[in-house]
Amino acid sequence: MPVPCGTGCGKNAALKRPKTGDALCKECFFWAFETEIHFTITKGELFKRGDSVAVAASGGKDSTVLAHTLKTLNERYDYGLNLMLLSIDEGITGYRDDSLETVKQNRDDYEMPLKILSYKDLYGWTMDEIVAQIGRKNNCTFCGVFRRQALDRGAALLGVKCIATGHNADDIAETVLMNVLRGDIARLKRCTAITTGSEGTIPRVKPLKYTYEKEIVMYAHYKKLVYFSTECVFAPNAYRGHARALLKDLEKIRPTCIMDIIYSGETMSIKEEVTLPSQRICTRCKFVSSQEVCKACVLLEGLNKGLPKLGIGKSSKAKKMLEEYNARQNTLEQVIDDLNDTNIKKKSGKKRNGLTDKCNSKTCCSGNCNSTQNNMEDNSKINSLLDEYSLKETDKPVQQLNDVSDDEEGCSSSCGRLGGLGVGF
Amino acid sequence: MPALKINVHFGGGAELLFDKIKKREVELPAVDKYLPECEKKGWTIRELLVWIKENLLRERPELFLQGESVRPGILVLINDTDWELYGELDYELQPSDTITFISTLHGG
Ligand SMILES: [Zn+2]
Ligand SMILES: [Zn+2]
Ligand SMILES: [Zn+2]
Repeated sequence: MPVPCGTGCGKNAALKRPKTGDALCKECFFWAFETEIHFTITKGELFKRGDSVAVAASGGKDSTVLAHTLKTLNERYDYGLNLMLLSIDEGITGYRDDSLETVKQNRDDYEMPLKILSYKDLYGWTMDEIVAQIGRKNNCTFCGVFRRQALDRGAALLGVKCIATGHNADDIAETVLMNVLRGDIARLKRCTAITTGSEGTIPRVKPLKYTYEKEIVMYAHYKKLVYFSTECVFAPNAYRGHARALLKDLEKIRPTCIMDIIYSGETMSIKEEVTLPSQRICTRCKFVSSQEVCKACVLLEGLNKGLPKLGIGKSSKAKKMLEEYNARQNTLEQVIDDLNDTNIKKKSGKKRNGLTDKCNSKTCCSGNCNSTQNNMEDNSKINSLLDEYSLKETDKPVQQLNDVSDDEEGCSSSCGRLGGLGVGF
Repeated sequence: MPALKINVHFGGGAELLFDKIKKREVELPAVDKYLPECEKKGWTIRELLVWIKENLLRERPELFLQGESVRPGILVLINDTDWELYGELDYELQPSDTITFISTLHGG
């Protein structure tokens, strides 16, 4: 027998909201869903009138619902935002084709301009080209690092004021849990922030921070929004997979646990003596980095210097950066020395930052991910790359070259559903 | 007891576990013949899940089922209404019902 809508509107309820337990009809649910996101936006002061905002669009459910809702709210409440869709094409043959088609559908449905930027545009290299040069064994290092920075580079090219990503409440609760499980206090402190980014960088905002995954999927279903689903993001046995499964099991028993975990993450205070790696700007590319020179620039240097015959695209940003860098007569070895110096100073605060779990899908590396990684392996990969491309005449090993510049890390999270970009991101 | 005809839909990536077919019309045999040990007169979602596992599910059942229910994160709709409003596993299927399974576990 039908349950009446809890608002007393007279219609039958269509769903039980996990967040509140209310039974609502479709129309009352749409209104509650959109209005809550509006409150999140206004209370968090995520946007300013006149801002250009890039919606990180992967074609997945989160970014599709985000784009739809932002368009709706921008019109309903007259935010005065100039919304656009930003998608990244890694250039992995066959992988993005379907999701990019979906993003194009979003563009038409929501009448928003769409910019698809390729790794070629952003870095001068496609993932396929990188794989061809370095083999499949090492490409996970590249896919994780490049993907992490791709949105920042893309947003800079578009000249937007901020990037909106589709991270939902379940994603954030999972990240809090993961950071606790890894003892990663620096990320724990930062991962619940609704706006991230430091001086001189383009901030990222999460309008769906308090929106449950179930509601996002129900909203998309009832609104008949078209989105793209990849294979299941659960990787049996991977650390993150267990955490995600645990969270879903808990949510089934007590749906408020998602909000409770986020609340815990937001209000937990961190002991003074925990050194938080400061976010700064890469001296070469000017994007967020925890190091003097970001990992992407180090990797690019290896690719570019080690393979001069391939060169890089004439108009590519990477080439410009390389020229600027060379003009300053710096050498990579000096950069590496700098990195090591920096890391010695920070060592105490960073010692447990680095567990990365197994790459859990074919999305990052065409299914050829080199399994479990951690910092040491990561660094040894960079070392071997630098060796391979004769970039390192010093015998100092590159240690602690990990970026702590974002909520996500390594390929593990890129491969998952970080909003794709959003995922992804 | 005659056969029961219902519609079973899969979405949100759940269809990837079912030959990528999103919409099916299925005919369930008499439940007391198919599952004599359950001693039921009519089909509920609980028995439907057993039937789906044995007849439709192509790969990795652990991504769809957990215990006697669906895996948490798979949403179930009964005639487009959240099954949580209809007793979940105990809902008794009616002729030409549409049962929809939508995964929230698949990335995008
Ligand atoms: Zn209502
Ligand atoms: Zn990978
Ligand atoms: Zn850089």
